[in-house]
Amino acid sequence: MRKTIYLDHAATTPVLPAVREAVLRGFALWANPSSQHARGRAARAALEDARARVAGALGWEGEVIFTSGATEALAIGWGRARAERKLASAVEHPALLRLAGGALIPVDSAGRVVAGVLPEADLIAVQQVNNETGVIQPLAEIAALVRGRGGVLLADCAQGVGKLPLPDADLLAIAGHKLGAPPGVGALLVRDFALLEASGGQERGYRGGTENLPYILGLATALEAARDDAWLAGAADLRAHLEVELRALGAEVIAAQAERVPTIGAYRLPGVSASLVLISCDRLGIALSAGSACSSGSMKPSDTLLAMGLSEVQAREVFRVSIGRETTSEDIAALLAAIRAMVERAKGQGAR
Amino acid sequence: MIYLDYQATTPLAPEAREAMLAWLGGPETSGFANPHSPHRPGRAAAAAVELAREQVAALLPAGGRVIFTSGATEAINLAILGRPHREGRILASAIEHAAVLDTARASGTAFDLIPVNGEGLVDAEVPIPPGTDLVCLMQVNNEIGTIQPVAELARRAHDAGALLLCDAVQGAGKIAAPEGADMIALSAHKLYGPKGIGALWLREGVALSPLLHGGGQEGGLRSGTLSPALCAGFGAAAALCTNLRISDAAHVEKLWTIARALLPHWALNGSETQRWHGNLNLRLPGLDVARLMSDCRDIAFSAGSACASGSGRPSHVLRALGLSAADTKSSIRIGFGRYTGEGEFAEALRRIDAVASLQMD
Repeated sequence: MRKTIYLDHAATTPVLPAVREAVLRGFALWANPSSQHARGRAARAALEDARARVAGALGWEGEVIFTSGATEALAIGWGRARAERKLASAVEHPALLRLAGGALIPVDSAGRVVAGVLPEADLIAVQQVNNETGVIQPLAEIAALVRGRGGVLLADCAQGVGKLPLPDADLLAIAGHKLGAPPGVGALLVRDFALLEASGGQERGYRGGTENLPYILGLATALEAARDDAWLAGAADLRAHLEVELRALGAEVIAAQAERVPTIGAYRLPGVSASLVLISCDRLGIALSAGSACSSGSMKPSDTLLAMGLSEVQAREVFRVSIGRETTSEDIAALLAAIRAMVERAKGQGAR
Repeated sequence: MIYLDYQATTPLAPEAREAMLAWLGGPETSGFANPHSPHRPGRAAAAAVELAREQVAALLPAGGRVIFTSGATEAINLAILGRPHREGRILASAIEHAAVLDTARASGTAFDLIPVNGEGLVDAEVPIPPGTDLVCLMQVNNEIGTIQPVAELARRAHDAGALLLCDAVQGAGKIAAPEGADMIALSAHKLYGPKGIGALWLREGVALSPLLHGGGQEGGLRSGTLSPALCAGFGAAAALCTNLRISDAAHVEKLWTIARALLPHWALNGSETQRWHGNLNLRLPGLDVARLMSDCRDIAFSAGSACASGSGRPSHVLRALGLSAADTKSSIRIGFGRYTGEGEFAEALRRIDAVASLQMD
């Protein structure tokens, strides 16, 4: 098989070699961490060590509950927070939007929550980084406001963790597979257990189920590896070049006026369906996405883009390029060549 | 160190480990993709997930579908909290795993327990209280290994208009799938697969509401990015159980015979015949289990379920058999399986027996 040019790191990332090694070492610690015998205690010690390493790597002083991923972490954080009235922003990941339902906190045309008009609630959920556009939310301002009112801030940090410092929030969801660990592991960071109803079971009574120690060791290793973030500057350069060239081809950069993580960009070629971009690239072995992986393949236009004021037709024209540690300028050049050829073909055929 | 705690978790089969490696790839491979991505590497990952689903389904009855979850605890939560008519009563055996009992209690609906006899068996003719919409009966008990009359109780549950949830964590891959259940919960790490993955099997036509919302994976029933590596490991472990079912059972039977011959004066907790013979739950009146465990540090066995270990509470399973609190605390669980060697096994049992006898002198 031809090598794939993988530009879909917001969907999931390649497993880092050090993480793979940690997972493989974890396979040797296969006893149940809740068992009282020596093997169980060895697994327990490794689990607690990993918990300390996760907290240490993130500079987090609160509690760490390991979960199967960010979706479960958000479900615990939202579902069991001791809070009556809960509100989420309109650009949250579907994992939260489906829980929140009803009224949502609106965003401006760049997809940002405007702290000044934040409604009152006991719990406010605002993500750190949007998975489709890369937009960074002004969480410092939001946190100050929520705290001032005695509320709790839940932050979905799945896309930001390892790229930005942790935001000042009370409940934070992270996922391993956006930063070099495999899918299937994440964590909920809890400032104080008093904020949550317990459920019984493992993880100090806040999450039932035998812990997946190999993946937890992988998560700790990935978070430690993320301290080496020099590659992010390179990613910013690659994306800047990509955006200059895409604009020259007539593309619009979504949320260009907002602060964005350097690894994610969303683009719209007016009159060209994102499906066409995806299929054309896929044929050439270039992996991109329309919106998020979760919604790709579904015909539903992105909630995030609609909340930013795009029409359904416009939203269906948006594709996402997400860059990783191993992305090279050749990868970006190949993508640009593919899109350029596609645009020229479309013009030649007189397509709209 | 000999490991005799196969009910807590099983060693990872080398074949399962091997199957996982291809999906723990770095950037030079495409073995890391999100199986929900429509691009080529994503489709390859999705194909691996579907192969694993078929391998797991082969352990289960025909006419249903497999939903991957993060483990049996999540599968049981999904079955109990997501079931169609949540207003009904729940009927559960008194020896169910805490994942069933705690979730049923937390569900907020009325909840009745089915007692077990002194052999640790449920009477399938037990009355089903009017208004019951869910009956929970495990296939094989995790502490005493007793095999429950799932098919018979399922028939009666259906006559009463209720669904039956079967926790098959300890039986799956070892004995034939429970017949008649509407929902079956499985865990990979009890059948030589990885931790962090399990499944809920749903009979065709059983509709559930999801607990985890989001990307809409698993037909909308369980959101969250699936791990192709965990799925592939689970699938390979399941396929191995299918292929080795007969030799695995024969091996366990041989070990059981050795154990029963070596430990004649220990009392067996739970039925001798209606039992998975990879579970030996034994009692010696007056035994100080903590001391025994500390004297046999290089033998990994258990004083009950791993989940309840360390709680200091007497086992609810042994209590349900009618044992006194003192007798429950003088019981040990020895679990064995595919990778337990006969020689090391016999030696470990002789040591446990000798050390325990010293206490009794």
